[in-house]
Amino acid sequence: MTLRYALYPGCAAKVATPELFQSTMAVIGRLGIEVTELTASSCCGAGVVGEADPDGALALSARTFAQAERLGRDIMTICGTCQGVMGGANRKLKSDPALLVRVNRLLQPEGLAYRGTVQVKHLLWIVVREVGLDKLTDEVQVTLGDLKIAPFYGCYMLRPSGDLGFDDPEHPDSLDKVIRAVGAEPVDYGGKIKCCGFPIILEKEDIALAMNGANLKEAKDGGADAMVTPCPLCHMSLDIYQERAGRKIGANLNLPVLHLPQMLGLAMGIPAEDLGVQRHLVSVDPFLEKMEERKIERNKEKGQL
Amino acid sequence: MRLAFTIRRYNPELDTDPHDETYRLDVARGTTVLDALLRIKNEQDGRLTFRYSCRSAICGSCSMTINGGEKLACRTSVRKEWAQHGGITVEPLRNLPVLKDLSVDMGSFWGKVRAIEPWLRDNDRQPAAAVTMVVGGSRFHNVDACIMCGACVAACTVHEVDKGFLGPAALAKAYRFVADTRESGLARTDRLAVLQGPAGMWDCTRCNFCVEVCPKDVQPMEAIIRLRRESIEAGYDDTGGARHIVGFRDLVARFGRLNEALMPLKVIGWSLRKFLRVLPLGIRMLLKGKVPNPLHKPIGDPRSIRDLLKR
Repeated sequence: MTLRYALYPGCAAKVATPELFQSTMAVIGRLGIEVTELTASSCCGAGVVGEADPDGALALSARTFAQAERLGRDIMTICGTCQGVMGGANRKLKSDPALLVRVNRLLQPEGLAYRGTVQVKHLLWIVVREVGLDKLTDEVQVTLGDLKIAPFYGCYMLRPSGDLGFDDPEHPDSLDKVIRAVGAEPVDYGGKIKCCGFPIILEKEDIALAMNGANLKEAKDGGADAMVTPCPLCHMSLDIYQERAGRKIGANLNLPVLHLPQMLGLAMGIPAEDLGVQRHLVSVDPFLEKMEERKIERNKEKGQL
Repeated sequence: MRLAFTIRRYNPELDTDPHDETYRLDVARGTTVLDALLRIKNEQDGRLTFRYSCRSAICGSCSMTINGGEKLACRTSVRKEWAQHGGITVEPLRNLPVLKDLSVDMGSFWGKVRAIEPWLRDNDRQPAAAVTMVVGGSRFHNVDACIMCGACVAACTVHEVDKGFLGPAALAKAYRFVADTRESGLARTDRLAVLQGPAGMWDCTRCNFCVEVCPKDVQPMEAIIRLRRESIEAGYDDTGGARHIVGFRDLVARFGRLNEALMPLKVIGWSLRKFLRVLPLGIRMLLKGKVPNPLHKPIGDPRSIRDLLKR
C-alpha cells in the first residue's frame, strides 16, 4: 500500500542541509511513501516568529495546512523543529474555533482557509507507525552489525509532549527502535533528550557549545560510532559546530552525525554520495569504513561456508 | 503489590560518592512516591533524608527526580510509574548541590527569585503605593500558580551548563510583575532593562523542559517568551536575541522562507568581532554547498506572506 503525503520540506532541508532533502527523496520510495512537495509553503516560523508575533506564526502554519488540505493529503515533515512548531499550531487551531476564524481571516486575501482536517507527521513517526519496522528491516541490505549509533531526538520532537503525543518525553524510543530495525545498536545516554543549543548558537555561542559538546561527548563515551537525528537544526549544531564544541569542552569528539534518512539509506545500500554525506563538516568516512569492514568480514564468512 | 524502590543515597559526612540502595515495600492502590518514602523511612531506614511538608502538591517541597523526570513525590502514583517504567528510581533534583540523600540546597534558587525583586515596587525601587487591580482572567498566564518547587530549574538545559542563569522560575516570576498593571511604567521598563544582560531572558534556548516538568502548568518558557516580546515592543531590540527574532521575521516576510545566508548577519549586527567569529564557519559551509544564494528568489507570492507578518 502506498502512503501518500504532502511533503513540507522546511527551510533547512532546502538550504543549509540540502543533504536532508536529497536523502529523504532517495529513501521514501523504498518505504512505500509517495509525496507531493508543497513548493509554495513558507517557513513554519521555527518558534522564533511566534516570539514576536504569535498570530502571524500560526497563520504561517495554517497557510501550509490549507495548501495540504487542497491536495487532500496529510503533511509529512522531515524537520523536528517544523514538526514541533506545526504540530503545536495544528493542535491550537483545531481546539480553538475562535482562533481558527481569526487566523483564517489573515489567510483570506490569498483565498485560503484551513478547515482543520490535516494531520502533521514527521518522517520518523511515519516510519515507525505506518511503514512499520518490519518493512524497514526488509529493505535493509547492509547489516550495520555491532555498530553503535546514538539517537539524538531534538527538543521539538519530544516537548511539550501534550502537543506531540508520540514518544514518552522522558524515555522516548522511536528513534532507538529505528536504529535497531536497521541492524545497529542504539546508545543509551541521558543527552539523547536534551537540547543541542542551536536556537541561541549565534548570540550565546558559549552556552550552546557547552550543551552541544556535553551531549556529543556523552554519546561518544557511550561508544557511539555515529549519531543520528531527525532534526536538521540539531544537525547544524552537532555537525557544523562540533569542532568548536570539542575545543570548548576540551574533548576530541569527531563523531559523524547522520540525518535520519541518511542512516536509512546507508542501511538500504544506497551509495553514500547519493545521500549527501560529503556535505557534512565532520567526515562520515570513519563510519563508512567501519561499515565496509563489516561487509568484507561477512563476505569472508560466506566464502568459508 | 510488592515493589522495589531504587533510591539514590548520599551522606557527605560518610560517603565519597552517591550510591543507590534498593528497598522492597508492599504498596496498596493509591500509594504515592512520598507515601512510600515515608514508609521506607519509618519501617526500614530512619536515616533516609528528604524534604516534604503539605503532602498535597501545594508547598513544593518534595520535588525530586522520579524515573528520570522532575516530579512532586506527593502527587506521583507508584502504580502509574511502575506501569510506565517497570521500576521506580528516586534521585534528588538534578543540577543543584545535594545536601543529603534526596534533599538539595535550594539556596541558589531562592537567591535568583529574590534577585528579580518579587514584590510590587515603584520606579525608585520603593514598594508601590496601594493601587487596586481587577484580578481574574489570564493576566499572569498562570505564573502566579508557581509553588517554587524548583523542578523547572533542575530540568533546565541551560542551567545545567551555566549555573548563573536566572532560570525559568525566576524569569517567569519577573514576567508576573512586568504584567502587573499596579506597577508604574518606569518600574516595568526598569525590570525589562535588568533582564537584558547575561544570565537573563535571552539565554533560554526554548528547549521546553520547564514546560514539560512543571507540576502546576505554569509554562515558564511561555513567560520568558512574553518577556522577550515585551522587551522588543519596549524598544530593547539591540541584543543578539532580539535581533534574531526581528531579523528572522523580516527575512521570512521578505523571502517566504528563512534566508540562512543573511540570518547570521542579522543576529551579529555591525560587530566586526562577531563577524570574524562567524566567517570561518560560513566559508566552510560555502565550500560544502551549505550556503544559499543570499539573493535567492522568494517562494510563491511573497506578498501573501508579508501580509501575514506585517502587523
